[in-house]
Amino acid sequence: MSSLAGKKLFPHKLLSAFMLGLWLLMNNTIAPGHWVLGFLLAWAIPFFTQSFWPQSMVLNRPLLALRFLLLVLWDILIANVQVAILIIGPRQKLSPAFMRIPLDLKQDFTITLLANTISLTPGTVTVDLQMEEGYLLVHGLNVDDIDQAIAGIKQRYEQPLKEIFECSNP
Amino acid sequence: MSFATEVVISLFLLLGACFALVGSLGLARLQDFFMRLHGPTKATTLGVGGMVIGSIIFFTAGEHELSLHELLIALFLFITAPVSAHIVGKAALHRQLPCEVRTKNVPWGNDGGKDSVDTN
Amino acid sequence: MLQSVIQITMFIIGVALVLNLWRLCIGPTMTDRILALDTMYINSIAMLIVFGMHEKSTLYFEGALLIAVMGFVGTVALSKYLLRGDIIE
Repeated sequence: MSSLAGKKLFPHKLLSAFMLGLWLLMNNTIAPGHWVLGFLLAWAIPFFTQSFWPQSMVLNRPLLALRFLLLVLWDILIANVQVAILIIGPRQKLSPAFMRIPLDLKQDFTITLLANTISLTPGTVTVDLQMEEGYLLVHGLNVDDIDQAIAGIKQRYEQPLKEIFECSNP
Repeated sequence: MSFATEVVISLFLLLGACFALVGSLGLARLQDFFMRLHGPTKATTLGVGGMVIGSIIFFTAGEHELSLHELLIALFLFITAPVSAHIVGKAALHRQLPCEVRTKNVPWGNDGGKDSVDTN
Repeated sequence: MLQSVIQITMFIIGVALVLNLWRLCIGPTMTDRILALDTMYINSIAMLIVFGMHEKSTLYFEGALLIAVMGFVGTVALSKYLLRGDIIE
């Protein structure tokens, strides 16, 4: 598929693959006709809207990306159990806190991914993003040591994201 | 449908329902807005996830062909739940809603700044 | 057995919806009400999926997907209104 594609003809290969998958899922079939129609749509929509998508996404290390995805899914499961225990438990013991997480990431898409990951995982929600000063404002449900929590998030989520999307980029 | 399949489906359904209930309970009983924000974004999303997996197994076993389109709902929710939590949180931050007294590091609390004084 | 489990599940989600409704009514601020409405959307999606299993029909899937899309758009629009309304003041 990718060997046939010229550079301009397929501006966003990952987006195209995603759209094809979405089309097949939506129709709940793998009939050949839907493959053809889905392929046509997955080519046409990114092709005609490519001026709206200035940044092209590059997946540097697919294996690491898969590992990151599994890690995040596992963390979501753990996060839910932890938050459930916190919610049911005594509410006077909770110690909520706001944290400022300085950003090392540069691209919009990667920052979006990081913010969404933080929102989905243990007891933290991203509430604000300051691009000029370069930090994320995060609210934690039960934080004992603020600096340790910040370091944990940076090491666990930001580092892999940086390696996957940004390292060998420029 | 065999008995084992029914047990698996029941497990997923009950687990999902419990998570949805816990999320709503958090929304109902926690003290300030920012703490309430945590319940719905996580627990409820996983609740729908459990329902979706149960539904996939149910229709796949019932009609003897793979039925995956419920996954779309889970995928969509996993993408949109953090986004809507972020924008609601941003609106709350903008209005400088009162926080629980124990909250550390309130962005507008210590260094005063804006016109609303007693936010606690 | 499955039918009774499905009914129990629907009951639990119903309780969750009532809790959301309570927060929607008493919510001290506007943002609380938006959050409660958003949670109600998500819980009704879960309810619709389970109801589809109860009726053994995949038709309800489309309804659930529509609620998911519309709920997201509604939440974002309401929050955006709160953000902008204060700026104009």
